[in-house]
Amino acid sequence: MTATKAPIEPPSQQRTVRRPGDRLFSGAAKGSGIFILLVLAGVAAFLISEALPALTAPSEEIPGGEGLASYVGPLILGTLLGAVIALLVATPLAVGIALYVTYYAPRRIAAGMGYVIDLLAAIPSVVYGFWGIAVLAPQLVPFHQWLTDTLGFLPFFAGPASTSGRTMLTVGIVLGVMILPIISAISREVFSQAPALHREAALALGATRWEMIRMAVLPYGKSGVIAGAMLGLGRALGETMAVAIILSGGAGATLNVISNSNPSTIASNIALSFPEATGLDVNTLIASGLALFLITLVVNMLARWIVNRRADFSGAN
Amino acid sequence: MAKRIEVSDLNIYYGNFLAVEGVNVSIEPRSITALIGPSGCGKSTFLRSLNRMHEVIPGARVEGKVVMDGQDLYGADTDPVDVRRQIGMVFQRPNPFPTMSIYDNVIAGNRLNNKKMKKSETDDLVERALRGANLWNEVKDRLARPGSGLSGGQQQRLCIARAIAVEPDVLLMDEPCSALDPISTLAIEDLMAELKERFTIVIVTHNMQQAARVSTSTGFFNLNGVGQPGRLIEFNPTEKIFSNPDQKATEDYISGRFG
Ligand SMILES: Nc1ncnc2c1ncn2[C@@H]1O[C@H](COP(=O)(O)OP(=O)(O)O)[C@@H](O)[C@H]1O
Ligand SMILES: [Mg+2]
Repeated sequence: MTATKAPIEPPSQQRTVRRPGDRLFSGAAKGSGIFILLVLAGVAAFLISEALPALTAPSEEIPGGEGLASYVGPLILGTLLGAVIALLVATPLAVGIALYVTYYAPRRIAAGMGYVIDLLAAIPSVVYGFWGIAVLAPQLVPFHQWLTDTLGFLPFFAGPASTSGRTMLTVGIVLGVMILPIISAISREVFSQAPALHREAALALGATRWEMIRMAVLPYGKSGVIAGAMLGLGRALGETMAVAIILSGGAGATLNVISNSNPSTIASNIALSFPEATGLDVNTLIASGLALFLITLVVNMLARWIVNRRADFSGAN
Repeated sequence: MAKRIEVSDLNIYYGNFLAVEGVNVSIEPRSITALIGPSGCGKSTFLRSLNRMHEVIPGARVEGKVVMDGQDLYGADTDPVDVRRQIGMVFQRPNPFPTMSIYDNVIAGNRLNNKKMKKSETDDLVERALRGANLWNEVKDRLARPGSGLSGGQQQRLCIARAIAVEPDVLLMDEPCSALDPISTLAIEDLMAELKERFTIVIVTHNMQQAARVSTSTGFFNLNGVGQPGRLIEFNPTEKIFSNPDQKATEDYISGRFG
């Protein structure tokens, strides 16, 4: 609707009566909002001040001896690689599951399936780590070999294929399973809210069920799926334990996701190195943490931008 | 191409609840058939059974026959998707797809039927359908804008354009004007009078003047009480229904002496 917004009258001399309940609630809401901003600012200030020594130190003093960029760079790459693989694995699966549960499965099966998927979120990441290294990694070894044999021309699958399976690919898949419930729960929610009005409009035009989904459900749920994927991405970027257990890291920057030497990720590197770190090592690790903080921030802003880009067509009006 | 619909012994259920019972009627091509009756007597339910939209609701089913020009719409080898492509529907609340532009809304049905169309063809089609729905002049400069930005009456005409763009044989309308202002209502009534030259139109309406103004034949639905099935009490030419109905109940309803 294009009802022009009536200009809000500036409060005139006449005072509006405000009930104590309203005042209390608005005060509490405002207070919480400010508190969150303060916490965020506090975290940012801490990270920056602690990272500053590493940012200004001469490059030979940084661990590795080649400067901050070549220390943090591969970590950023590793973090992004793992998270992107996770997203590529999880998003289509999650959307498929959500569509199946909301529009295809018989009612009883649908509810059960929803629960099972949600349960995935309750598994501690340590358990995922052990499952990854003990079960999934060995199982995936032949797949690694197949990838380098058939798709070896791509830098990602250049090989040599790992014989232990403790690769970025395995990490990405495990992370994908971990974020699956986040994305599918949100997708399920938005898909089930696609208005009956528009679903019936599609069906009445002679749409098959899949065409109905494409016309009335997916466009409506798109921004929700993106939001879910970004939440999942945030989780995957920051995941520590599972990555620390599975990944055989220690390599520099490489796009190769199937070999034995992989770049580590920021979070797992902090977890593994922090106990032994002293002096400038600590500042360097915190600088890498600052990088993670910024990445997550950018990811979230990107998501917001994508969601808002076609707000006119979002169905919210 | 307008087609005739013959309904025989139609019972319509929601789960175990018999909502409409024993409908026998023949709907003439190139005419407007109005369905009137009190709320809850099954007018929408009956209308939705004509294009097999009824069964979209879980547990909903029908017994009996609906035949359109010899084609058994509930036959074992009839695909409901095909039925809906031949019998278009306009709903009570305007429901253009909010994620699509006006242009894409109009050709949404055609995209389903026929994936490959040249841009020039779709342009023609959009203009023809929008002109057919008396909306072209109002929207021709903003075809790329979302359909949800239009007024309620414009949105409803957009939905009509979308429905007639696929050249259906029959057009079903479920209280298409009940959410609209009087001016938009008149615009849509004029439009119906034009459309009846090409389509078979069945319209549910709460508005007796509207039924009297636009329709050729009128069916009166009624029910004996809450929880009882609705029935088609009388089906006759509109003039007869409004001047000299066969049934006492019809006369009571029309003259406002009801319930
Ligand atoms: N989705 C539904 N599920 C169960 N019962 C329904 C549903 N829709 C309508 N009914 C029932 O079917 C009967 C006829 O309703 P409806 O066709 O909407 O009447 P009308 O359009 O004439 O007002 C009513 O008793 C109503 O409660
Ligand atoms: Mg109704």
